[in-house]
Amino acid sequence: MQPFANFTGVVCPLDRSNVDTDAIIPKQFLKSIQRSGFGPNLFDEWRYLDTGEPGRDNSGRPLNQGFVLNDPRYAGASILLTRANFGCGSSREHAPWALADYGFKVILAESYADIFFNNCFENGILPLVLDPEVIDRLFAQAGGPDALRIAVDLEGQALTLGNGEVIPFEVHPYRKHCLQHGLDEIGQTLQHVEAIAAYEERRRQQAPWLFA
Amino acid sequence: MGAATLYDKLWDEHVVRYQGDTALLYIDRQLIHEVTSPQAFEGLRIHGRQPRRPEANLAVPDHNVPTTRRAAGILDPVARLQVETLERNCAEFGITLFGMGDPRQGIVHVIGPEAGFTLPGTTMVCGDSHTSTHGAFGALAFGIGTSEVEHVLATRCLVQRKSKSMLISVDGAVGPGITAKDLVLAIIGEIGTAGGTGYVIEFGGAAIRALSMEGRMTVCNMAIEAGARAGLIAVDEKTIDYVRGRPYAPRGELFERAAAHWRTFHSDPGAVFDRTVHLDGGSIKPQVTWGTSPEMVAPIDGRIPNPESMGDPGRAEGVRRALAYMGLTAGTRISDIRPDKVFIGSCTNSRIEDLRAAAAVAKGRKVADSIKLAMVVPGSGPVKEQAEAEGLDAIFREAGFEWREPGCSMCLAMNADRLEPGERCASTSNRNFEGRQGYGGRTHLVSPAMAVAAAVAGHFVDVRDL
Ligand code: SF4
Repeated sequence: MQPFANFTGVVCPLDRSNVDTDAIIPKQFLKSIQRSGFGPNLFDEWRYLDTGEPGRDNSGRPLNQGFVLNDPRYAGASILLTRANFGCGSSREHAPWALADYGFKVILAESYADIFFNNCFENGILPLVLDPEVIDRLFAQAGGPDALRIAVDLEGQALTLGNGEVIPFEVHPYRKHCLQHGLDEIGQTLQHVEAIAAYEERRRQQAPWLFA
Repeated sequence: MGAATLYDKLWDEHVVRYQGDTALLYIDRQLIHEVTSPQAFEGLRIHGRQPRRPEANLAVPDHNVPTTRRAAGILDPVARLQVETLERNCAEFGITLFGMGDPRQGIVHVIGPEAGFTLPGTTMVCGDSHTSTHGAFGALAFGIGTSEVEHVLATRCLVQRKSKSMLISVDGAVGPGITAKDLVLAIIGEIGTAGGTGYVIEFGGAAIRALSMEGRMTVCNMAIEAGARAGLIAVDEKTIDYVRGRPYAPRGELFERAAAHWRTFHSDPGAVFDRTVHLDGGSIKPQVTWGTSPEMVAPIDGRIPNPESMGDPGRAEGVRRALAYMGLTAGTRISDIRPDKVFIGSCTNSRIEDLRAAAAVAKGRKVADSIKLAMVVPGSGPVKEQAEAEGLDAIFREAGFEWREPGCSMCLAMNADRLEPGERCASTSNRNFEGRQGYGGRTHLVSPAMAVAAAVAGHFVDVRDL
């Protein structure tokens, strides 16, 4: 994983609650055995007027001009602004793969579904929880004639808007550490392999039926 | 030591070590299916890692398998490659696989308990959100992403933060004809789809204790639809009787020793939860969802609510959007909604008890002419075999239902079983999201008995009035 670097990006406002992972990447794309290439099919059913199929070239497909991703103001956006319970539904990691492949690095929402929230960190995406009032305000600004740009500082845990306003955010220290250094979390856990082996030995005594 | 919740006990027994406020949690069991595992195995290969304790995993293809003409194999080449990739990965890494031709094949959350691979007092994961199903056994079971599948394969552990605890107590007895599905839909209607976010929910109360193991699995299956990390139900003698004698369960003296330990997996009297919700079991009626989220649910004698009279503008907008998608108008009686297709199956409601309940309603009746397709998809090979031994397949066929091979099928429409745009379905599955059962498809979640009742009447109807 690449280390998460500070950046300034355009905010794409997706004004919906309960956006589920099937809306983020529809099920037909789950048949892939790859981890990449999902970006062109991110939000496929909302983004295009026809139905996408895996392996198909997306460049000639009719676009839904009413959908935010197709709005020229938000071209190249790297920050997704949305509402409550983002990423609910299926646990498919294809959802953060698609978001990352498209170029989103940060998500701003009121709340997330648990599994999706974890999956984001595993893929170098920083999902931030902000107060509903802040989210409302950001929607108002992002919907203006000029796109809203935000500077993201992971080290300092702050977002800076174009007008100089600073919005602090929370992030779990372990998650922050892994993101900042682009760490392989499995490698981190394997540093404790002796503790794992010791646990297994205890467990073998306590619950031998799990080792039969 | 104060009084502990069931969740506390499961958590404490599985902590390998703490690091700050996170724990390295040991995972006893992992289930694997074809959709969320290929990239995990690929990750192992890239890093030159081997699975730790391969025998603690069990794999099965279910999402992509056809429910017809199994002998012909999978026609869709992309889906076929995915299933073959699972076969290759399991062979390479020494993981037990119930392959497509195996009589034990079925939906991952049906075969785990059926094989006795799901055991009380364990931690269990799967790259699938409905892993919450196994919480019915007093196991801490939750869905994970593919990176975490790889993590568990390589280390048997996950870095976890303890959730908050919620008790949902369904008090009293439910009325006759009310099923586990009605109960859990009523619960989600009450707390909402984000109501359980950040929590592990323990379901308790007399109405939960009265449920069979199948019913308890239905309830825990949908805990994820309430946003919870996991659902739990305390171990009792029903749990232990269900597990006894299953192929992967311990035997003889070891079983008795295990059972003695399993009996400790319940919340102690006086245990404190972060939140407690009470529901009156006696007031629960058969439930039907009308929108695009499981919380958009009403009793069968209810009507579709009016977004214009909702105080919360965000909520009103959500309902407006849902009604537009569903092709329904506010104020419509639930019993006036007419499905085009009927699907009985999925890890929520495809076990033998579900099929018995459905067959009891189907017996001697006919599917209405207005229904284009009514299908029953058993959850697993053993469920199918048992149902056929009891003659349930004949009852379904005579009534006009198709009787299929086991798999996920039209629960998520990854195989050929799907709705056409605009089609409306009475479904026993767990998600009514936009496009879930096919692009533009409209899903109404119900119990198996209510699905058959709708098939027979041509519209939703209170199964108790048939
Ligand atoms: S039956 Fe449906 S919900 Fe269950 S595992 Fe299969 S696709 Fe997922």
